[in-house]
Amino acid sequence: MQADWIWGLAGGLVIGLGGAVFLLGNGRIMGASGIMGGLVDGTGRNTAAERLAFIAGVMLLPMVLMLFLPGKAATHLTSNAALIITAGLLVGAGTRVANGCTSGHGVCGISRFSLRGLTATVFYILAGGLTIAVLRHGLGVI
Amino acid sequence: MRLLLAFTAGGLFGTGLFLSGMTDTRKVQGWLDVFGDWDPTLAFVMGGAIVPMAIAWRLTKGRKPLVGGSFPAPATGKAGHRLILGSVLFGMGWGLVGLCPGPAMASLAYGGWGGALFLLSMAAGMLVAPKLAVQLDRMAAKA
Repeated sequence: MQADWIWGLAGGLVIGLGGAVFLLGNGRIMGASGIMGGLVDGTGRNTAAERLAFIAGVMLLPMVLMLFLPGKAATHLTSNAALIITAGLLVGAGTRVANGCTSGHGVCGISRFSLRGLTATVFYILAGGLTIAVLRHGLGVI
Repeated sequence: MRLLLAFTAGGLFGTGLFLSGMTDTRKVQGWLDVFGDWDPTLAFVMGGAIVPMAIAWRLTKGRKPLVGGSFPAPATGKAGHRLILGSVLFGMGWGLVGLCPGPAMASLAYGGWGGALFLLSMAAGMLVAPKLAVQLDRMAAKA
């Protein structure tokens, strides 16, 4: 438990480094929902190869790392399919309507002192916290 | 070059998500669970990620991206109803199971059927987003 924050900080720095490479190299904002969303709805057709290369990196590196650090390769995701589908729909629709998620609005937005990024981050954290408070401590369903 | 840089950036992103523990839904839900066994890890991840990014934004001044073109201009417009309502919906889904888009992709190799189902549902949500946004515009215009 004590080492968790060190892993968090180190991992965070690596995430930021990835964002820095994407920005300084390709002139792009590293937002996971935007990169994937543009492929799903076709709006990013002109930059499809770049998006796919990014996603390949996101998916492949943890695949390799799990061989060396198997203890970290666990999502502990609920096995309730209805919950997973509901959450997936909300996350997919919400991030596209808001034009960003934790990486785009949170990491890339706040670091450039974007009021929009900060506002989005405040609202999704509040909504997430309220959801847990009500469903876990209020109703006891998750 | 463009693709190699994109793959590198994605690889670093995936590596960071993996190492930080952010693909573990318990840690993410733990951060949101202020009334339970609160887990501060996510704040360290966010803080750690913002440092290199803030430096990168500074470095964009007076330069161009390595592959050419130009850097993204700051988003204009205020924080409107789409930004706020969309973020609220996203936050609800995020709290519900503890996954957001980046970790959902990064954990594909070990997320099992549940992780794959989440990714598919997320893609479906992305497809309905434009219709939902128009609906929200109508509601906001009435309010």
